[in-house]
Amino acid sequence: MKKIEAIIKPFKLDEVKNALQEIGVSGMTVTEVKGFGRQKGHTEIYRGAEYLVDFVPKVKLEVTAAADTVPSVVERILTSARTGKIGDGKIFVFDVEEVVRIRTGERGREAL
Amino acid sequence: MTRFTFGKLPLILCFLAAFLLAGGSAAVGLAEETAPPAVQEVTAPAPEGPTPAEVQKNLDFVWTMVAAFLVFFMQAGFAMVESGFTRAKNAVNIMMKNLMDFSIGSIAFLALGFGIMFGTSPTGWFGTDGFLLSDYAKDADKWLYAFWMFQVVFAATAATIVSGAMAERTKFSAYLLYSAVISALIYPVFGSWAWGSLYHGNGWLEKLGFIDFAGSTVVHSVGGWAALWGAVMLGPRMGRYAKDGKVMAIPGHNIPMAALGVFILWFGWFGFNPGSTTAGNPDIARIAVNTNLAAAAGAVASLLTAWAIFKKPDGAMSLNGVLAGLVAITSPCATVTPMASVYIGAIAGVVVVLSVLFFDRLRIDDPVGAISVHGVCGALGTLLAAVFHEEGFTMARLGVQALGVAAAFVWVSITAGLLFFLLKKTVGLRVSEEEEMDGLDYHEHGNTAYPNFQLVEKR
Repeated sequence: MKKIEAIIKPFKLDEVKNALQEIGVSGMTVTEVKGFGRQKGHTEIYRGAEYLVDFVPKVKLEVTAAADTVPSVVERILTSARTGKIGDGKIFVFDVEEVVRIRTGERGREAL
Repeated sequence: MTRFTFGKLPLILCFLAAFLLAGGSAAVGLAEETAPPAVQEVTAPAPEGPTPAEVQKNLDFVWTMVAAFLVFFMQAGFAMVESGFTRAKNAVNIMMKNLMDFSIGSIAFLALGFGIMFGTSPTGWFGTDGFLLSDYAKDADKWLYAFWMFQVVFAATAATIVSGAMAERTKFSAYLLYSAVISALIYPVFGSWAWGSLYHGNGWLEKLGFIDFAGSTVVHSVGGWAALWGAVMLGPRMGRYAKDGKVMAIPGHNIPMAALGVFILWFGWFGFNPGSTTAGNPDIARIAVNTNLAAAAGAVASLLTAWAIFKKPDGAMSLNGVLAGLVAITSPCATVTPMASVYIGAIAGVVVVLSVLFFDRLRIDDPVGAISVHGVCGALGTLLAAVFHEEGFTMARLGVQALGVAAAFVWVSITAGLLFFLLKKTVGLRVSEEEEMDGLDYHEHGNTAYPNFQLVEKR
């Protein structure tokens, strides 16, 4: 099992969610986050004074999937979250040792 | 049966008496209709109901009261503007300041302020009687109540202007003491110079012909200059000016809230200016038109100015522009044409943007722009009252206006400067660095304005 963690532009969330649901992803966790990469924030102006917003708002999306489905999940996120402009985000893939569904105690693939 | 007859008897007698009074004889309706009206006027006083003079008096009461209530609502406008333009961690503190300066100010104005401002003034410098509404005898003219109510909301406006300029770093206890002193002394003394004769006083400034119809100087400059000295004595908020001199923005936490506040103030100003007739008469229409046009022109001019300088149509500056236009038209609103009001508002709209930048350059930190809006544009409007006077411009008039503007600056600088200095040396004017970083809400008031949101501040 793998966990796919994607940092994406907030307004792309719905598109990504729909794209993943279409290939049978049945659950995900979403967090509002702030951060910077190559985009390096942006400047805003308030009452005549410019200031740097260096932590840009993003959405972090976490999906855990069976190892064999990971390529298609990554591909789906890639196509649906991309705008081609700087700040589109990143995808990270981790190994997951165990998954347990709390309600039933199911483990592994059954628990996904 | 008998009771019924007796019950009707007085009524019948009344009608009879009315008929007798009406014509000297019990004239029938037809005869009355055909009688020449001139005769009727002489011989027929209205049998009942108020006279035209009484109707006018009632109208004056109602309009003055409605206007007072509109001006009271401006207190909510100030609270919204000030908290919108400052950070979430100080929102409870701003609300408490706006609530308490009106509450403490009302009582201080009752105890001392009103008497100083409108009591009998043998010298022309301050009133000496009428404290605690003691002028009012039983069954006397209730106008005193109407006038007092209208004046107390003006005193509160002057007091609350200061709260914004001193936001996010002032000790709450020091602010409470300040609000008592401005409502009891600083505002009423200057007010007695310009407006004393509206009641029992007679001010030296108004005798010279000083025009300040609704208080560009009396209310707004007085509040604005007090705000200036408060901000100077306090020093800037932490992190406002970088070591290299760069101005660092500290964005307000809720611009829609600030915008709501400006709309409320604009609405309230329709009581502030037209209400200053304290009479229900047709003058209020032109004053309202002038007030509205100056606000609109102020918004447009500040928008264009900000757009030209910052390359963006800055929202916060446009909101300040509305207030700048309103403050500037407050003095001349009854003595200029609508077109002149557009010019006055537009000039104020440009000046307020430049003034905000100017005070930042001086490193005087005014989170909401109160010094520029009320102090600078109040003085500006008072001078423009002479420039755009509908009877033409005279140097003499401009001289009197300038004298009034200078008198307000000197009086407030001495008194408010001394007040804030004494507060600094005694109770302390500013909170500790730790309190300022955590927010005044938590340390001063023991809670937060938005407990269900996590507020992460970088500074």
